[in-house]
Amino acid sequence: MSGEPTYVPKSRLAKWFERRLPLIGLLHTSFVAFPNPRNLNYWWTFGGILSFMLAAQIVTGVVLAMHYTPQSTLAFASIEHIMRDVNYGWLLRYMHANGASMFFLGLYIHMARGMYYGSFKEPREVLWLLGVIIYLLAIATAFMGYVLPWGQMSFWGATVITSLFSAIPFVGDSITTWLWGGYAVDNAALNRFFSLHYLLPFMIAGVVILHIWALHVFGSNNPAGIEKNSNKDTLPFHPYFTVKDGFALVCFLVFYGWFVFYIPNYLGDADNYIEANPLQTPVHIVPEWYYLPFYAILRSIPNKLGGAAAMFAAVLIIAFLPWLDTSRVRSGSYRPLFRVFFWLFIACVVLLGYMGSQPPEGVYVIAARALTAYYFLHFFVILPLLGKYEKIKPLPASIYDSVLSNSPKAKTADPMRLGEPH
Amino acid sequence: MSASTTAQEPTRRDFLYIATAAMGTVATGFAAWPLISQMSPDATTLAAASTEVDIAHIPEGQIVTVKWRGKPIFISHRTTKEIEEARTVPLGDLRDPASDESRVQKPEWLVVIGICTHLGCVPLKNDGPFEGGYFCPCHGSVYDSSGRIRQGPAPYNLALPPYKFVGDTKLTIG
Repeated sequence: MSGEPTYVPKSRLAKWFERRLPLIGLLHTSFVAFPNPRNLNYWWTFGGILSFMLAAQIVTGVVLAMHYTPQSTLAFASIEHIMRDVNYGWLLRYMHANGASMFFLGLYIHMARGMYYGSFKEPREVLWLLGVIIYLLAIATAFMGYVLPWGQMSFWGATVITSLFSAIPFVGDSITTWLWGGYAVDNAALNRFFSLHYLLPFMIAGVVILHIWALHVFGSNNPAGIEKNSNKDTLPFHPYFTVKDGFALVCFLVFYGWFVFYIPNYLGDADNYIEANPLQTPVHIVPEWYYLPFYAILRSIPNKLGGAAAMFAAVLIIAFLPWLDTSRVRSGSYRPLFRVFFWLFIACVVLLGYMGSQPPEGVYVIAARALTAYYFLHFFVILPLLGKYEKIKPLPASIYDSVLSNSPKAKTADPMRLGEPH
Repeated sequence: MSASTTAQEPTRRDFLYIATAAMGTVATGFAAWPLISQMSPDATTLAAASTEVDIAHIPEGQIVTVKWRGKPIFISHRTTKEIEEARTVPLGDLRDPASDESRVQKPEWLVVIGICTHLGCVPLKNDGPFEGGYFCPCHGSVYDSSGRIRQGPAPYNLALPPYKFVGDTKLTIG
């Protein structure tokens, strides 16, 4: 962390504290003086948005837990109690439920940005892997949270997903019984899901700290995908990026607020307002939107073990991206062919999501199979080959040059006015 | 461990290091066991009592659901046509080959666990392409009137619970 100017405590108390625990100095170098590439665009604001959403989920979740009862005969009623009786309970629950969707929306945009601009490439592989761990923890957390209202979708979603483990040869059934604490999803499962749903967000917060630490070793990647190598390439984090991140956050919160206040149940499922019934499965079991592409992959393979394996592989393959994308150029802006395949991949994932929301019959099954094949083709064939054969555009000499060549005004402007950190 | 003293005889200190690490691993394992075991079903769950069902009121062609160990059990009073269909299928056509005779104690009564062997949904009774068969709405598995898997992603036939007839009108499951 090569940020300058360094923090100089002024008051006697601040001096006394800083000598004993240099915490404020650490925060100052990390979030005030930290030199960021000057060309970061708005796709780079989602890290800050995600940090905010994680904090919002923890705050609303902790207060919801003050009113929720993790007991299979009382859980559903306690949710209705929150919705009808608790002061602002409806608001807190809608914020929490839609906040989960907003967290995943931010996460997917953040991941897609990393994929497009090659942020996972050398030397940022560990940074990427920590991000994948955050994603996996978020998947587990959201899944267990969705079970807590104990509606029909909660119950049957939990049954289907935990039954995935029964596909493991020989020990599958024992593992499933162990996960349930019984012979079916019931009170024992609900209790442990509540316990873990409370725990995991704090683990996510811990990994976020490691993620930021790893980020600050080499600093952010940037749209040009080249390293910063002089003071001309960077701007201090504050005020340039605190303001930019703050503005993006406010826009994001407007979008979030639209869901919370106008369409709070749009992303939910009406079946989840029916209390769990272990003897009746809803006609269509559909997971939350953020799992749909993987759900489509699970269903597209007409074999139980094969389907479960393909689904887990589809998630875990993201961790291997730094070694599958062989191109030495990071940014998609300088890779004309990659850019086409990137958008094809995004279209493939969105279409897989649509297939996952449809009943598993007829043309949907065939389309889902073709898309599943393309999903893996992208990682295993297209990315490795592109890196070898693609003709790339010339890279700019520096981040500073890439900014100036894009803006005709800046060419004539005094470089000092662009706010260089002396 | 003895990297700094290359090509030397292992010392007594090396032995103590290894022995301590080994004992530490064993101790960690023992300490972890209660944390893992607490998640398994406890004795009260394991000792779930058997369920007794009066089957006298179930007319021919009807399938009823009863609960046993928290799971749905389908009791089907099969028609002669359903039995005949189930028994004329060549075993080679089946994904999980089992004769209908091996799946019932009395031909007119089929007792199966009503949980799809794919991912645990409850199939719909008297639904799907087979008369007196089952259809799972989650991922489209189809079972015949003997509860055997015929189409879709499920790997196995519907499981059979332990049960016995008590007289002509009673059934004990478990």
